[in-house]
Amino acid sequence: MFDYTPNSLPTSVGVGYKPQHFEDVIRDPGPVQWLEVHAENYMGQGGRPIAQMKELSQKFAISAHGVGLSIGGEGPLDPDHLKRLRHLMDWLNPASFSEHLAWSSHGIFFNDLLPLPYTDATLTRVADHINDVQQTLGRQMLLENPSSYLWFDDSTYSEVDFLATIVARTGCGLLLDVNNVFVSATNLKMGAREYIDAYPTEYVGELHLGGHDEDTDDTGAPLLIDSHSREVADPVWDLYTYTLAKTGPTPTLIEWDNDVPDWNVLRAEADRAAAALTPAS
Amino acid sequence: MTNHQDFGAALLDADHPTPPRLSDGQGRPAGKRFDVYRNNVAVSLSDALEVAFPVIRRLVGEDFFRAMAGVALRRYPPQSPLMAAFGQDMPTFLDSFPPVAHLPYLADVARVENALRRAYHAADATGMTGDDLAGLDPDLFATMPFTLAPSVTVIRSSFPVGTLWQNNQPNADPAPLTGPEDVLISRPEFDPFVDVLPAGAADVLDALDGATPLGQALEAAPEGFDFPTCLSLLVTRQVLIP
Repeated sequence: MFDYTPNSLPTSVGVGYKPQHFEDVIRDPGPVQWLEVHAENYMGQGGRPIAQMKELSQKFAISAHGVGLSIGGEGPLDPDHLKRLRHLMDWLNPASFSEHLAWSSHGIFFNDLLPLPYTDATLTRVADHINDVQQTLGRQMLLENPSSYLWFDDSTYSEVDFLATIVARTGCGLLLDVNNVFVSATNLKMGAREYIDAYPTEYVGELHLGGHDEDTDDTGAPLLIDSHSREVADPVWDLYTYTLAKTGPTPTLIEWDNDVPDWNVLRAEADRAAAALTPAS
Repeated sequence: MTNHQDFGAALLDADHPTPPRLSDGQGRPAGKRFDVYRNNVAVSLSDALEVAFPVIRRLVGEDFFRAMAGVALRRYPPQSPLMAAFGQDMPTFLDSFPPVAHLPYLADVARVENALRRAYHAADATGMTGDDLAGLDPDLFATMPFTLAPSVTVIRSSFPVGTLWQNNQPNADPAPLTGPEDVLISRPEFDPFVDVLPAGAADVLDALDGATPLGQALEAAPEGFDFPTCLSLLVTRQVLIP
């Protein structure tokens, strides 16, 4: 039914690539076999970003991770942006392309991953958009679960049921962000392990791990913020181990986008993920 | 049902009511949970402007810049998901923002900073070098048409914008500010440069359209135009594409 090139990331650890780590990641990759980049940062015509990425793609598998397609947007996908993505796929030929279950544009580009109600109307729209992406790119995409700070009272699906239905309708794969599961479950007072138990893990092509900040809501209840600005929290590592027991070994990314640390700090996170991914027998 | 028009309006306007039917998942109103999104949008876009305009930030100060960015991002929000293009309207904004009316050169500084970002991501090109020039017959050189490398922008300013920009680089040795300056933004390899052009050079560069012979383009220059200095800069920065 669906005949798209599937994602082909190595079953190992990747990191979110930052240009300040260019030399370090080549000199001292440790367990890192692949790099994830935000697709929108490599849509220029030339210069250092493109040259560095061409060099890195000779040494590492690359995961192109979109942050600007607005898959959940109310209108049609931006045709110019789809063309730019297609061009990126053509020259970079990444091992994987992923995007978010979110919207970010409505006339204005808000530069944030904004939440969606899980309704039939949203389902139809998101599925249509994912079909557009997969047809334009000629490859399967992975769809990532969001970090939620609030709930839409109009939602008629759980997030997991919503994602499973999208997969059935589009043939897309899933990017399971374990930190996002922990953040959303804490914020909406649901069980993170119950989420993983219900999640259709057979469609997962990639796992994400990242750091979050802690705040509180109006009632003093914990409100976690998906900040990607620090080490992965211990309960998220526990949830990762729990998830791996269900998924089996799966490509795993460490995301660290803000207050980016020295390479050795990021590498230590990658080492920790590698140890969990391939435990010494 | 919440729509994106409503949700988006509330993101950028704290006085706009929070969209209805949002909760904490336990039946209580979402309250400040909506502010997480408001904060993400404002902080990420302000950060993008701060990265794009380091010299403007230095000239007005960090606190003033953050406050001004909050106004600018609401007046000229991004239209495209390419953050490398966000801030194109900053010169227009600065020209119309009364609190900086006493700093009339800021808009031109912003034009320089926009041109630097554009140059950084511009297509690669092989421009003529000093060695190429040394191997050329001068008569032949005068008959050759040239275009400018894709990274190049020429900015004509009523202010000493090039020197202002240079003086506000880290570890700069400040030079005196004199009269109006035309500046050249270029990128010979991977790092963009800002150079002050000799008087009249901007007219010559404008005349290089890929068809006009160089000798004829030079006729656009004023009396006393310092061609050797200009040519030395153009080959150092590999601006001329044969």
